[in-house]
Parts: sequence; structure tokens; C-alpha cells
Amino acid sequence: MSYTTTIEQTVFRFADLRDLLAKATPERSGDQLAGIAADGPVERLAAQMALADLPLKAFLGEELISSDDDEVSRLIAKRHDPAAFSAVSSLTVGEFREWLLKPETTHDRLEAVTWGLTPEMVAAVSKIMRLQDMIAVSAKRRVVTRFRNTIGLAGRLSTRNQPNHPTDDSRGIIASAIDGLLMGSGDAVIGVNPATDATDDYIRIVSLLDELREKLAIPTQTCCLGHVTTAIQAIERGAPVDLVFQSVAGSEKANRGFGVDLALLKEAHEAGRSLNRGMPGANVMYFETGQGAALSADAHFGVDQQTMEVRAYAVAREFDPLLVNTVVGFIGPEYLFNGKQIIRAGIEDHFCGKLLGLPMGVDVCYTNHADADQEDMDTLLTLLCAANVNFVITVPGADDIMLNYQSLSHHDAVYCRETLKRPPAPEFEQWLAEIGLTDRNGALIGEPAALSNYVRQSAFIGA
Amino acid sequence: MAKVIEPSAAEKTLDLREMTDARVSLGRHGAGLPTRAQLSFLLDHARAREAVWTSVDRGLLTDRLNRLGLSVVKVDSMATDRSIYVRRPDLGRMLSVESAERLKQAGSAKGYDVAIVVADGLSSSAVDLNAVPLIEALMPKLAAFNLSTAPIVLASQARVALGDPTGEALGTRLTIVLVGERPGLSAADSLGAYITYGPKSGNPDSGRNCVSNIRDGGLPIREAAEIIAALVKDMVKTRVSGVALKAALAKLPSSNV
Repeated sequence: MSYTTTIEQTVFRFADLRDLLAKATPERSGDQLAGIAADGPVERLAAQMALADLPLKAFLGEELISSDDDEVSRLIAKRHDPAAFSAVSSLTVGEFREWLLKPETTHDRLEAVTWGLTPEMVAAVSKIMRLQDMIAVSAKRRVVTRFRNTIGLAGRLSTRNQPNHPTDDSRGIIASAIDGLLMGSGDAVIGVNPATDATDDYIRIVSLLDELREKLAIPTQTCCLGHVTTAIQAIERGAPVDLVFQSVAGSEKANRGFGVDLALLKEAHEAGRSLNRGMPGANVMYFETGQGAALSADAHFGVDQQTMEVRAYAVAREFDPLLVNTVVGFIGPEYLFNGKQIIRAGIEDHFCGKLLGLPMGVDVCYTNHADADQEDMDTLLTLLCAANVNFVITVPGADDIMLNYQSLSHHDAVYCRETLKRPPAPEFEQWLAEIGLTDRNGALIGEPAALSNYVRQSAFIGA
Repeated sequence: MAKVIEPSAAEKTLDLREMTDARVSLGRHGAGLPTRAQLSFLLDHARAREAVWTSVDRGLLTDRLNRLGLSVVKVDSMATDRSIYVRRPDLGRMLSVESAERLKQAGSAKGYDVAIVVADGLSSSAVDLNAVPLIEALMPKLAAFNLSTAPIVLASQARVALGDPTGEALGTRLTIVLVGERPGLSAADSLGAYITYGPKSGNPDSGRNCVSNIRDGGLPIREAAEIIAALVKDMVKTRVSGVALKAALAKLPSSNV
């Protein structure tokens, strides 16, 4: 069915729900590349006005991608909980925005509605929300997960310590990991993106990280971000796998491009849980996503890139993850052109993930061909802390020498702790103090001998 | 008798810098980087951005290639400026109408074996520094295989796949696209070489072979030229390129390998 808005006698017509959502999306290069964006700000506003008047129920009646062709659509339909939805089922998208913002809509009410919301409803309301709206709502919604520590508590910020190395060199990985630990980074996970997908290297990397964690008794978890099939093989070979990682996207076809489907993710989830390495009931999955992934795989079916991103969260939440993050500025300027578009996308992804019940983090990042710089990252990081983001990613000096892009630096984690007053997970905060990295106020004080001496004592890299 | 010198704080601590090229042990003042480290990072980013946003000097490149005795054809993609180019990879893969016409005129009746396409890609400094020396190293190797080469194509606002319509218009058997790679902070001048047998619009990327990180401090020009020449030789023998090349080579009778 088509949708129309009239603004001063000009009638704007939108062919279907897909078209309406795409044209209502705040400007970004990916939708322009796909040829589905609004022609300009007035047409965009007309679409947003029509969208605001649309009942939330409309999303249950019209699928963006048919369930006949797509297992992600089938999953979304299957998991929709009408009882949870009843709290907002009579609202339009515009009224839903107002409901979210009301002080009476507390954390508990947001949590109660989680499985009543579909990705499309959440994407839709975000399109008519300003940054401040989304931050205000996200800040109310805590999603707490556990493995060896507790991530996502109010007022705290965890960090992924990302010690990548261009050739997966063991000493190089450990050097970067220690550099991060010395700055207090690594309570979300110490996680390496491997340069190769060889199972032997995967096992070497997780063993290396496990020894570091074990010897220094760090209350955190480790991960090698290889493919789930590699993780499953490593688990079969007895490797110390804490978290099982996978990139996911919002359609069956896009996930096939990543070499996965829901059945394989289920198998990986069960393999990860079988090791019982975390506390009882621990979350064992780690997912990454990012706007533009589906379009770049030609698997977006004419749906805008932000809605496709939120559909990926339906995949992620099926597997009770410990961590999920959007790699927001990694994909390049053909999807998010500049700092403004990257900042908005980061806030949207966090907001939409949280409303759907995900332990959402953000890789605050950019590439050198995007019109963005470190100051845009400062802005996004500060806004995300206001929004109570679960975690961010930090690397030495903001320069990832393996993936060739700029993420946050370990220094930025210090800024969050000391200026924005966002301490890490409580177990990790205590460890920092006990090992002598921080003082009673959580401020960094020094380089404890346990860390300086580690390299000599390591069974894997000891000199 | 010299007095005993206590080890300095720096000597006592772990030398992480010896273990990785990552920006470890930068020091800090509160959460801030030391000023020198801060400005050094900004300089690297400025270099990378300059590589993306500065145009290749095609006049100068033409002069240098002409001095080597090579003729040149200039072409443009459908992306009319840099800002459109970074947003529209699809346009960077298509030839402008005038350029396609120009190439047809430059093609020869009996066709050429090889077209070398110099594409600006995402780094003008990669092209400025590395394209001409690489071509100079490559030409005698191609001549030694008795392969004829079309005039060197200098392509502006061009992605790798622009080599396909270019080779098609010139009627060549294979194309070698030398393209400025996306600059990183540590190196902004990496050139990549993408070699495709049977260039044709719409060829998948899996049908190309790539030699990357060609630069001073990366893969040296001389080695890159040898690798590229060896790939060209294999492709001419098998009439295949890309991921299928290895299997095609394995199928050849051993006397041919």
C-alpha cells in the first residue's frame, strides 16, 4: 500500500513501507548510492510526517523482505511477542517517540516491551528522533551481561582492548594488549582481529590471550575474532575459547555473504556454551555489525541501510550475546560520508540495539577517505557515554595497524574514566586497584611489576 | 672511577616498542597524549587525507612516460569530481562517453596483448611516486614474453574495475591496473596492481589477481614487477586469472609449467 503527505498543496507519495522508511531516513551516502534516498530535505520531512502518523501495528502487516525468501524475516515474525507489544500497540510511530521520552517510561517499562518491538518499529522511530532524543531514551535502558565480570551497569563504561597485529605476531599482540592494560583498557574483552583465518593461528591467539588473562588474574574474557566455523574447530581441538565471534547482517543473503546462517550460529552458540568457561549462565557470543554491510553485499532488497542494520540485531539477540558492537565508521564514505553521518549512525545503532535488548557497544572509528577526524570521534564518544553505552573499542594511539583505520585510543578510555566519571566493570575496577594500576579514586598511578615482568615469564613469548 | 649509574625509569620498564609497530608507550598527561605524539598523529592523518584529496599530476606523468618512449591516453571515469568519486564507487568503474571513444581510436586493428592502466584510486601520492618506476621495470619483462602493449592509460577518478571497459575498448587480452590504495596512517603511498585476463565490464573481483602494498618500505618495485610479470605469464598460458588461476596452472601438462 502507498502512503501520502500533503504539504501546502503539494502531495508527496511513497510507494510502500520500504520507500517510506528509506525516504524518511536522515541523509546518508549509502542510501543515495542505493538510489533510494529522499530527493531533498522537504521530501524527507514529508516522509517523516507520514511515518509519524503510521500505526506501529502497520509493521506487523507489511513485511519489508518477504518471509518466503528470508530467514531473518521469519525469525523476526516468530519472535514477536504480542503480550509485550500490548503496552504500545495502539500508538503511532510519532506517539511511540513521545512514549519513549516520557519520564514515566522507566527502564523497567522499556525492558518489558523489548520482545514486543520489531527491528522495523525501532528503526522507524529512530528516524524521527534527534540525537538528544535517542540519548535520553538509551540512557534509561540498561542491558547487563556477564562472563567473568558484569558489563553494562548504569554509569559505567567497559572497553575492548584490541591488540591487532598485521601478521598476528605473538609478541606484537601481547605488546599492544599490555599497552592497553597499562591504560586500564580491556574489561569488555581483550579481542584480536586475526589477519588470517587459519585454525592453528586462531588457537595460538586464544592460547596467548588466555595465558595473559590467567597469569595476571584479570577478571575479563578474551576472543579471537575469526569466523564461527574456525571457532567451532578450535573448540573441538580443546582451545581455550571464551567468546565466539561473528559478523552478522540483516538478511539471509547478507549473512550468507559472511558465510553463516541461523543454524550455524546456533551450533556455534552451543559449542561456546559447552565449555562452561564463564560464570553459570554466562553470555558467550560476540557480534559485530555495521550500516552498509547488506548493501555492499547487494543483499538489501531496496531497504535503507539503517533499517537493515537494525534487522541484524534481531539475529544477534537470538543468541544472548555478551557483547554487540557496530563498527560504525569502518565501511567508508560511500555509506557514511562524513563525521556528521558517522556520529548520527553511531547514536542510532546504540539506541536501536538497546531498545531491542542488546548489550550494545560501538567501535567509534573512521577511515582516511571519509571526511572525518579525531574530533568527530571525541564528539561521538562523549555522546555515547551520555547515552550509557556498554563499551567502546580502544587501540594503541587510535591507530589500528592491522585493519588500517582509526578507532579510539586507550587514552580515550582514561578520558571517560577520569573526566566523564565512567568507571569500568566493578570486578575489573577492583583488579586495577589491586594490581597497582589505579589509586583509590580510580586514577592511573603507575606500571606495576606484574605487568612489566609478564613478557619474560610468558610460556608463549618469553624471551 | 665512574660512579655507579642507576638504571633510568625507562630502562627498568618494559620496551613494548621493540615488540610492535603499533603506537604503544606514547606516554600521557592525564588522558591527553604528549604534544609531540599528538601532532605526529595529526601529520600522518593530514598526509593520508592529502593523498586521497589531491589530484594526480597527469601532465607530469605523461612527460615522464614519454621520456621512456611510451605514449599515453588520458581517460576519465563517470565520477566528475573527488567528492562524487568517494561516494559513488559505481561511477568510478565506468568510462565517460568521450573517454570510451578516445580509447577505441587508440586501439589497433590487430589488437594488443596488454593494457597498463594507471588509476588514481584513493592515493595520488602512491601513483606520483611509484607508477612510473614500476612501469619502467615491467615493460622489458613484457617485451621479453613477446607481448605487445597498448599506450599507457592514465585514468582519473578511477576504481580498479575501470580497467575492464578500458581493456575492452582497446581490445586487449589482459589489463594491469596500477591503483593508489586506500591510505593508512603509517603509509599513504601504497600502490596496488590488479591483473585481469579477458577484461570485460561486469567481471567479478574474484577474477583478478592482486599484488598490494607496492612502495618504498613495503613491497619493493623490482620485486613487484617480477611478481606481476610471473602472473601475466601464467595467465597468458592458462587464459585464466583470479582465484581459478592456481587450479588452471595445476591442470597444465608439466612441460608447460
